[in-house]
Amino acid sequence: MTNSINEIGDASCVFVIGSSTSSGHPIVALEIKRAVRSGARLIVANPREFDLCDHADVWLRHIPGSDVALLMGMAKVIYDEGLADLAFVSEYCENFDAFKESLKKFELEFVEKVTGVPREAISQAARLYATCKPATIIYAMGITQHTHGTDNVLAVANLAMLTGNIGKPSSGVNPLRGQNNVQGACDMGALPNVYTGYQRVDNPEVRRKFEIAWRCDLSPNPGLTLSEMIDAAYNRRLKAAFVMGENPLLSDPDINHTREAFKRLEFLVVQDMFLTETAQLAHVVLPATSFAEKDGTFTNTERRVQLVRKAVEPIGNSRPDWWIICEIAKRMGAYGFDFSHPSEVMDEIARLTPSYGGINYERLENGGLQWPCPTTDHPGTPILHVGKFVRGLGLFMPLEYKPPAELPDKDYPFILTTGRSLFHYHTGTMTRRVRGLNAIDPEAEVEINPEDAAVLKIVHGEKVKVVSRRGEVVVKAKVTEKVPPRVVFMTFHFAESPVNILTNPAVDPVAKIPELKVSAVRIEKL
Amino acid sequence: MVVDERAKVVTVTIDGRMVKVKDGCTVLEAARQAGIYVPTLCYHPSLSPYGACRLCIVEIENMRGFPTACTTPVTDGMVIRTDSAQLRELRKNIFELILAEHPKQCVTCAKNLRCELQEVASRIGVEEVTLPPIRKDLPVYRDSPFFDRDYNLCVLCGRCVRVCQEVRGVGAIAFVYRGSRALVGTAFDKTLQDSGCQFCGACVDICPTGALLDRESKWSGLPDKSVVTICPYCGVGCQLSLEVKAGRVVRSVPVYDESSVNKGQACVKGRFGIAEFVHHPERLSSPLMRKDGKLVETSWEAALGFVAEVLSRHKGDEFAFIASAKCTNEENYLAQKFTRAVMGTNNVDHCARL
Repeated sequence: MTNSINEIGDASCVFVIGSSTSSGHPIVALEIKRAVRSGARLIVANPREFDLCDHADVWLRHIPGSDVALLMGMAKVIYDEGLADLAFVSEYCENFDAFKESLKKFELEFVEKVTGVPREAISQAARLYATCKPATIIYAMGITQHTHGTDNVLAVANLAMLTGNIGKPSSGVNPLRGQNNVQGACDMGALPNVYTGYQRVDNPEVRRKFEIAWRCDLSPNPGLTLSEMIDAAYNRRLKAAFVMGENPLLSDPDINHTREAFKRLEFLVVQDMFLTETAQLAHVVLPATSFAEKDGTFTNTERRVQLVRKAVEPIGNSRPDWWIICEIAKRMGAYGFDFSHPSEVMDEIARLTPSYGGINYERLENGGLQWPCPTTDHPGTPILHVGKFVRGLGLFMPLEYKPPAELPDKDYPFILTTGRSLFHYHTGTMTRRVRGLNAIDPEAEVEINPEDAAVLKIVHGEKVKVVSRRGEVVVKAKVTEKVPPRVVFMTFHFAESPVNILTNPAVDPVAKIPELKVSAVRIEKL
Repeated sequence: MVVDERAKVVTVTIDGRMVKVKDGCTVLEAARQAGIYVPTLCYHPSLSPYGACRLCIVEIENMRGFPTACTTPVTDGMVIRTDSAQLRELRKNIFELILAEHPKQCVTCAKNLRCELQEVASRIGVEEVTLPPIRKDLPVYRDSPFFDRDYNLCVLCGRCVRVCQEVRGVGAIAFVYRGSRALVGTAFDKTLQDSGCQFCGACVDICPTGALLDRESKWSGLPDKSVVTICPYCGVGCQLSLEVKAGRVVRSVPVYDESSVNKGQACVKGRFGIAEFVHHPERLSSPLMRKDGKLVETSWEAALGFVAEVLSRHKGDEFAFIASAKCTNEENYLAQKFTRAVMGTNNVDHCARL
């Protein structure tokens, strides 16, 4: 997020796209409702209905995968109607002419056809976003999990720059990160191309710094992304893997392929709290503690580093993940793994990472700190890009509409899109073990519009088969107008009906994110 | 929060003390800022002023009657008295009316010793209730998997109704019936789930009595300790307090803290979805190694030695580490350091894209 969560409530306009905020990030939804109660205008763009749609001034129910067209269409309305903040654009941004040129392809007639949204609604949303300032954009995986996810994000950024809604309180471009520490895992360099703080592995100066600190030689070649690792394991180029606290067998697209890839590994170590679907394939399973049994830090979606504190002793013979890695490294004769407490690890992180330079446990005891926080007397940075963009000038990106990798056809006439339930979390390793949550949300369902259900003679509660080019699952039908005709929805929490058997592993060329939000399926009666 | 630097400051006199407070705040907030106790049951900093319980009555110069401190905004130069013989007498009478409808078996109540009603009673100094008791004889609702609703203990402060409406924007519960029959409930007595409840627990956390209580930890009494930490679910980073009893997490509750992201709120997963998975019987408690196709228990020493030995043979690009968006920063740092410095490859990633 360029801005902070508690600024949202003071915005004059909130634009939520590709986020079922009330189930994925319920506390952010409260801030959005606070804004609406204080008179803010709310625009929701989502194919599937959820409770914020009831609070919205405009609900844009676009066809999954048509986000670039929708956002560029809005940008065109804003520019054509003279609502753009051209003073901001000329002072702080570049490449505007090329962007302006690319808008020409987004005539509302075309946008209406591609998105399925009436042009009046697109214009209304554009006017609200451009005139009610400060305006904030909030998005989540509905924007990113596409083969053109990077373009979607750039389209969002274009819109914010066009209206000068960046670098000011209650404005900005605000992605909601899905997991407690996905921001932190990225910040820490658990990525194939960067060390901590996004310092590139192919930059010789950076690499030298880490080689000196770690006393070793480091590879200059960026490594494999998760989806590439799975392909490499499938092709037997990858021989050994270490999995810490993840369950790719349920979370990754095209499960059948993923399972086979993991089976082909010569050596698989899984470190987890439970014997997950992935751990069941391992050669060695190491029992890890939960968050309640260890000290550490998480970094939230607004870049706030916060202390995690140990409340109880490790359960059974489990051990914290940090301890396990250090013990293995020490047994391999490695230098630099002699830590007695995570606070010492944070001190090393701060020494090597400019954006975390001023962060230590003593300061965090008094509350979280938002990076960049370069020195110990720096108060942290609640808002990014104030006064000027971090890269210098804000870069407008000309874009064109690209359809999803897999479109519905005669054999697979429905678009399947996926998401989360309020009552479960990710692959359910934790929430599926809580009786109360299972009582409320006991099993997977496929949501289908009554119109389609009638044609297929499917009744509410009936078990049906959902089939894609990659596999099939049996699941209960939920007949509901929450989904539009020709679109079906499933969550990915349930191992019994794993939706990721169906999803498309085609990835965005830049971000390598799979297109989990659009795949083509058919529904069959059993 | 955007702080308006120009916010005006006014000076008021409370119980003879001059206090500088923000213009527009209430008399109750001014008194609290000055560290002066004024009893109340219906006030809560997350909610808009309500004036239901009438316990926060004060005397204000040049104002008629006894205005409620929670609904009266301060003005510059205001002279306020929060304590007088007459105020004490009136508060006792008002509180007795509330207590007449409340059962008096405190020692057997699950909220005993953490009950706001008890605290107010001791502050006001009510020792016995002379009014005839009124029994409500209501059934205890157990239609939520997480908490029980026993409206026999309810004092109609309306906090639960207001937090559900004002803060959560849900409105699953409301006052039903009128006058002396007034109660909190769902529309047409539907189950909570059917009335749109999201089971966030905000009503339970804000209830000043034992009317709303977690079922699991209801009878576990006061915790041995509470540890403030960060919720392990989504990326919002809510502050939660883990209540520990006899070495076990019994409850996770959001703590009201103005500087936190969640300001005393949580969702159903953070509020009710933690203690059970932490102590779940299926938690792995010993390292496992595959022998003859089966995973069998082994010692840490054997497992760590074996992993170190096998990994030594797989250094370079034939190795990959899948780190975790669930683990801490320090653990992810060590995971990539291990992959790069020890295994000699940049093959490290996690499920950021999923």
